[in-house]
Amino acid sequence: MSIFLNENSKVIVQGMTGSEGRKHTQRMLASGTAIVGGVNPRKAGETVDFEGANVPVFGSVADAMKETGADVSVIFVPPPFAKAAVIEAVDAQIGLAVVITEGIPVHDSTYAWAHAQGGTTRIIGPNCPGLISPGKSNAGIIPADITQSGTIGLVSKSGTLTYQMMYELRDIGFSTAVGIGGDPVVGTTHIDCLQAFQDDPETEAIVMIGEIGGDAEERAADFIKANVTKPVVGYVAGFTAPEGKTMGHAGAIVSGSAGTAAAKQEALEAAGVRVGKTPSESARIMREIVGG
Amino acid sequence: MDLFEYQARDLLASHGVPVLPGGVAETPEQAEAIAREIAAPVVVKAQVKTGGRGKAGGVKLADDAESARARAQDILGLDIKGHVTHRVMVAQASDIAEEYYFSYLLDRSNRTFLAMASVEGGMDIEQLAVERPEALARVPIDAAVGVDEQKAAEIVDAAGFPAEVRDQVIAIAVQLWDVFAKEDATLVEVNPLAKTPDGTVLALDAKVTLDENAEFRHTEHAALEDAASANPLEAAAKEKGLNYVKLDGEVGIIGNGAGLVMSTLDVVAYAGEEFGVKPANFLDIGGGASAEVMANGLHIILSDPAVKSVFVNVFGGITACDAVANGIVSALGLLGAEATKPLVVRLDGNNVEEGRRILAEADHPLVTVVDTMDGAARRAAELAAA
Repeated sequence: MSIFLNENSKVIVQGMTGSEGRKHTQRMLASGTAIVGGVNPRKAGETVDFEGANVPVFGSVADAMKETGADVSVIFVPPPFAKAAVIEAVDAQIGLAVVITEGIPVHDSTYAWAHAQGGTTRIIGPNCPGLISPGKSNAGIIPADITQSGTIGLVSKSGTLTYQMMYELRDIGFSTAVGIGGDPVVGTTHIDCLQAFQDDPETEAIVMIGEIGGDAEERAADFIKANVTKPVVGYVAGFTAPEGKTMGHAGAIVSGSAGTAAAKQEALEAAGVRVGKTPSESARIMREIVGG
Repeated sequence: MDLFEYQARDLLASHGVPVLPGGVAETPEQAEAIAREIAAPVVVKAQVKTGGRGKAGGVKLADDAESARARAQDILGLDIKGHVTHRVMVAQASDIAEEYYFSYLLDRSNRTFLAMASVEGGMDIEQLAVERPEALARVPIDAAVGVDEQKAAEIVDAAGFPAEVRDQVIAIAVQLWDVFAKEDATLVEVNPLAKTPDGTVLALDAKVTLDENAEFRHTEHAALEDAASANPLEAAAKEKGLNYVKLDGEVGIIGNGAGLVMSTLDVVAYAGEEFGVKPANFLDIGGGASAEVMANGLHIILSDPAVKSVFVNVFGGITACDAVANGIVSALGLLGAEATKPLVVRLDGNNVEEGRRILAEADHPLVTVVDTMDGAARRAAELAAA
């Protein structure tokens, strides 16, 4: 088992014919993902030749789903067109839309989120590395070759910290690693992932990586206290980030006391989560718990 | 991007929100000319992006144009909480009968927009929210629907605005939504929204934050940036497309990915406690770190005279460690004699052995390779203190 993504997932790529889309489709294919199509209304009917695979291009998400049975879409569409791409995926009722695109205006993400309410599509991202269930499927840009399949579930706002943690714990391996993205408004939250990992029989323990900004980690801490019985190890980045400065991720900004790394660590520890001072320390704690 | 008050005022006015006549001045002479045109008592206000202007002497009344000039003379150059005043806004002074509060903002916890309104404006609204939350109406807004007259009326009634201003405030609420939605703002806050003795409602002061991600559809927003106050290193980095924030320490930091770099700052700060040094900057060169990007990044960091050592912390994912190592070696080649400070490099991830081999072979006198992030942070802190 794994969460959100498994060996039966059929993946399409919106924006597959662009340079980023093409590069990462190649990588996803190489890591064993079942890429069944791309979407580009201007190139419908064509095929794109990847090393070892010819992938058909469809005119719409709905067409691609009808022809291939796709249930996951990975979106690389540039910011000006990303809102329409997400809405198209939601309206086609695809199960999972993974929005990799960085730099989407927050009014667009918020609109798309509101539009998706009551629908059947789970949105991950935007501005995220996607998710991987190692050895089964990889939907996004997470390097597949830094880790292996195993028993840890990981949820993180940050891409490279996800990779760092996956690499440090590669001998134990991961059921699924989800990069939920660093934007102020994202579709899938820490809590959604914690719930899914709690319910996933293959996942034995959970790593949760947070960073300054917002109150998602504090809410996750409350959720863990009430609902999660599996061990959770935490890491929070941004203790030394100065107030009022944006640190790369649009969401990683501290204003006043809410959203500081210290407040997040405190909330997590109060919920029984062991929080490492550095990524390596968090990995060591996880090793103690899982490795015995 | 946070706007200055005068920029926010102009933006509101361009969407029909009622404001008082006024203008912005960079010299006492300009302030005098604006006051002469208004031909009434004016208020001269320091334009700085921080609160507490009044207490710091940054807001003064002037009865005529000559005294507006004198007040502008006093205020220009004033340091308010570390923000130097380069401009003043000169606006018609107004008697105020009542002060209200109105804002739209992004509510990230609930992934929607929120209207907040109160008939008790003027004071510190955060204090009001804590002490008497019932006095501050909070009305969620469906981002897919927005604010029309009916929704505006719901907000205005929730806050309990008096009947004699209700229609005016509803109209302003719709106009402010127009600003919020059409300008891609994440905050539009009017405090105070004032009623004058003759019953007119006006926006007297406003804060607006614009979403920089939306600049592709608002090319005019680029002109609102405060280039004069930007740190020169930050400006140079921005020109190169680098995500750099200047801090006040001695250990230069360069890494790939915002989360990893934030984490690197923390790890260096812990290690630095022992040596009395701190991180000098945040610099994220992104996932695919080419030699050129690495050279640009190192160039910015090495131009900072406060930097005593540099910590290059890279996780090789999509761009594997051998490519990163080659990038560092070529970057040092490109920089030549400019590279004068010790570099501690930590590589991990794909092809790490090959990456470390490349660095060992290059054997650059300034480069030390340390295998772990924690160990490398300690070494960089130690070198910065040496």
